[in-house]
Amino acid sequence: MKLPAAAEQALEAFTACPGWEQRARLLLQWGQQLPTLSEAECCEANRVHGCESQVWLLAERQGESWKFRANSDARLLRGLLAVLLARVNGLKASELTSVDLHDWFSQLGLARQLTPSRSNGLQAVLQRMRQLIQTEG
Amino acid sequence: MSLISPWRADFPGILALAAEGQTYLDSAATAQKPQAVLDALLGYLAGGAANVHRAQHLPGERATRAFEATRDKAATWLNAASREEILFTRGSTEALNLLAYSLEHLLQPGDEIVISALEHHANLLPWQQLALRRGLKLVVLPLDAAGSIDLAHAAQLIGPRTRLLALSQLSNVLGRWQPLRELLAMARTHGALSVVDGAQGAVHGRPDMQALGCDFYVCSGHKLYGPDGVGLLYGRNQALAQLRHWQFGGEMVLDADYQSARFRPAPLGFEAGTPPVSAVIALGAALDWLSAQNQAAVTQHEATLHAELLAGLAARQGVRLLGQPQLALASFTIDGIHNADLAHLLTEQGIAVRAGHHCAMPLLKSLGLSGAIRVSLGLYNDGEDLTHFFDALDQALELLR
Repeated sequence: MKLPAAAEQALEAFTACPGWEQRARLLLQWGQQLPTLSEAECCEANRVHGCESQVWLLAERQGESWKFRANSDARLLRGLLAVLLARVNGLKASELTSVDLHDWFSQLGLARQLTPSRSNGLQAVLQRMRQLIQTEG
Repeated sequence: MSLISPWRADFPGILALAAEGQTYLDSAATAQKPQAVLDALLGYLAGGAANVHRAQHLPGERATRAFEATRDKAATWLNAASREEILFTRGSTEALNLLAYSLEHLLQPGDEIVISALEHHANLLPWQQLALRRGLKLVVLPLDAAGSIDLAHAAQLIGPRTRLLALSQLSNVLGRWQPLRELLAMARTHGALSVVDGAQGAVHGRPDMQALGCDFYVCSGHKLYGPDGVGLLYGRNQALAQLRHWQFGGEMVLDADYQSARFRPAPLGFEAGTPPVSAVIALGAALDWLSAQNQAAVTQHEATLHAELLAGLAARQGVRLLGQPQLALASFTIDGIHNADLAHLLTEQGIAVRAGHHCAMPLLKSLGLSGAIRVSLGLYNDGEDLTHFFDALDQALELLR
């Protein structure tokens, strides 16, 4: 399966990072480029629970494929959301269920952000994503 | 010169973490264990495990003797009046739940249970749920700006309807000794039972039950440089006699028929089923180890570390402490910086601190915060640990600002 263009870009940028500091800077940059959500979209219904930071996630079907939008009040989490969306946006429902997101974060050198003891909420975001495509699919 | 901990070398865990590049500053969550505790665990398990109080065979007798020796050590360590005042539980949380169930029969609708605004969920939720079950009123004592229970308010709120007062000795978020002497006196005046949550307090000063004068006191092995899965519940003799049995099963029974049974008094009547034998034995070793240390030297070391921690935080721009911590820990936020971002970058740099609500959500909400970073100290921490922490903090702030 060919990677979406944004994902190619993320992979190139993150794999070129020699250490945590550069990776953190990159996450902050990616987070800054994440399109904002409107105030109305940052509502309780779109809120992802299980995160200590506030996170909102919206899913929209565009023909056969899915488009997600997300944001958070925490800046590094915003970056993690950006690289997540880069990987999943534009995929079809069938592709979405088969994409290995753990592997994706590992490739970016961000595997530890997904471990169960982390309360950053990335796990909860993935779970919510699965729920959204089930109910709206 | 960097502050040195003379106890550090006794703790393989802190040394192993340091060798891995991890700076452990989360001892208020759980503490590392001295070699003596590891030896006791292995000694019992490798020497032949057996159940306690049940068998007349040699391994059973040996296990029972070691297990019951911890009860003596705990009684001495807490300065209880007798060994029968010490109950083993799975931890502070279970001890508080035990009390909330075993005291339920004494409470009538409209009676009041008093706690404080800084309680850990373990000393809030069992009482909250008891209040809901029995139609009781849960009264919450407010704090002053420093983070101590406000005595003037407490004097108004603790009254003739108060049947039970349950308070933390040392807050796991605010790091302050609470004015228990005055508060327990108020409870006594009104004939209320008193429960002290010593999960944090027991670690930073030698608890003395006869001086403190509470009815019940709880603490956890794993924070006390001992094993997890075991805690202590101290109950003053007359107070223990008021408890109703709550968990039923093996070895807590005097006589059983199909339709009825009679139960043992405390302590064994409240230790149903096989207890955490290895953990209890290892807790005995932890208490031995602690008793052998110079408590004044430990207190002095911890105070020096804590002062360095506060000074370092005060020197950084935008740091806001939660309350005015006196010892053991400091919780803080930084203006304009999200806790999650800071926690992320500290973790990246091998700094093990806690971020979040610290199991005290109502307290954090009342301070208008969704979370905070907490640095907590053990006697094995040293000046170098703090240097690592502050270097990492500065690096994180540079990235985020």
